[in-house]
Amino acid sequence: MKALDYTGTQVNYFFVCRRKLWLFTRDIRFENENEYVQLGRLIDEYSYPRKKKQIEIGKIKIDFLDNKQGIIHEVKKSRKIEKAHIWQVKYYLYWLKSHDIEHITGEIDYPKLKKKEAISLTEEDIKAFEDIFAQMKTVLDKAIPPEIINKPFCKKCAYFEFCYV
Amino acid sequence: MKQPLYLFTNSTVKRKDNTLRIETSENKIDRPIETLSEIYLFGEHSLNTKLLNFLSQNKIPVHIFNYYGFYSGTFFPREVYLSGHVTVQQAAHYLDPEKRITIAHKFIDAAASNILSNLGYYKNRGREIEKQISRIKTIKKQLALAPGPMELMGLEGNIRDLYYSAFNSIIKQNYDFEKRVYHPSDNFMNAIISFGNSLVYTTVLSEIYRTQLDPTISFLHEPGYRRYSLALDLAEIFKPILADRLIFTMLNKGELSEKDADQKLNHCYLKDTGRKKFLRKYDKRLRKTIKHKTLNKQVSYKRLIRLDCYKLVKHIIGEAKYSGFKMWW
Ligand code: SF4
Repeated sequence: MKALDYTGTQVNYFFVCRRKLWLFTRDIRFENENEYVQLGRLIDEYSYPRKKKQIEIGKIKIDFLDNKQGIIHEVKKSRKIEKAHIWQVKYYLYWLKSHDIEHITGEIDYPKLKKKEAISLTEEDIKAFEDIFAQMKTVLDKAIPPEIINKPFCKKCAYFEFCYV
Repeated sequence: MKQPLYLFTNSTVKRKDNTLRIETSENKIDRPIETLSEIYLFGEHSLNTKLLNFLSQNKIPVHIFNYYGFYSGTFFPREVYLSGHVTVQQAAHYLDPEKRITIAHKFIDAAASNILSNLGYYKNRGREIEKQISRIKTIKKQLALAPGPMELMGLEGNIRDLYYSAFNSIIKQNYDFEKRVYHPSDNFMNAIISFGNSLVYTTVLSEIYRTQLDPTISFLHEPGYRRYSLALDLAEIFKPILADRLIFTMLNKGELSEKDADQKLNHCYLKDTGRKKFLRKYDKRLRKTIKHKTLNKQVSYKRLIRLDCYKLVKHIIGEAKYSGFKMWW
């Protein structure tokens, strides 16, 4: 897989759990039957009804683009600002920059926290991506999925039963 | 948790916004689509393509039974959880005889365990079935030696014969089951068993549908045309748990009797009353929960089927060895 073929979700999963990245990439996905994720879906669907516009460019899907200000938004239902969210949005910026779309910044909206997190892409980030892509490739080249990570948040993960049964 | 919907009374089923509307001559019932896992249709119902598209979008299979309560087929929405990787590996496990028999063996081994567990339960309640139990145990030990699925099926047949021969001691109703079991399709006992089996089959099929497994690629049963043979494979494990145990209890308590069956030509079938009574208990059984050992939480009996599907996927992708679900209680 070429670096720019990844989706934002894959970059996100790389930071959350490599096993999840592996399974997800091979289309081993599960309907989320637990309430946490259903809530997530509802928030995605209903939080920003007026401004919301989803745009797909190549492999990436951006929640909505505020054209006047050049800001891409990502809505997250979690109660915590997470590294995975930040890198997902940085990846969108990286992707756009690689396609000569510059001067764009990002913003993550946390409706449950009533907070916004501004995201930009630095020179270091761009270098870091080289390493991230290389590591993602190593994970995805494995013949069998990486081990279970045994973290408390596994309980809320859509893959929980699959992983732990 | 999503639940199945069972419809008996003749009705018209429609889409009404994001809701399923069921209209009978007497009333109208609305059921929000998100609450449904699958639909069972008994009796006569009218539906249109608008509804089928709606059900398909919401990934809800519809199992259809004919007038006599015999399973006629499933409206299976387009597969949505497909994974090329899993499908290819699943086919590879079918094509390699050694890999195939490994899985097939696990199905029968678990089925035999669950059968023994049923028999053990009744032995502890004073039934004279020691002979069947010890013979089944002997056959169970030979399972691993079966060179192919054909031989395995043969052994499975022997186990089932012994199992059925114990029914006469297990069931206290005044009725010669032993004799009747051997005259398929024209007797009451057979009507209940086949109704129970078709319910287990459809439940398994609905669970397979929510995973990446291809329901047409099976290991014990030969993949056949026009049937989802993987559901037959997995149903072997769950029939003793979900259907047989229920049959024994209901007959022993007199909750089902010959009055619930009818004879038509050479066929005996469960009447509407019998089906309803059985289904009510069956549904309750699916929702019954146990504490799962490795997940460390309560899971329903129905969920156990899904978990076995997950275990099978893990086996197929080379992660962990599959073994079928065995009752430990
Ligand atoms: S349950 Fe845990 S180990 Fe499994 S995919 Fe989710 S986060 Fe990873």
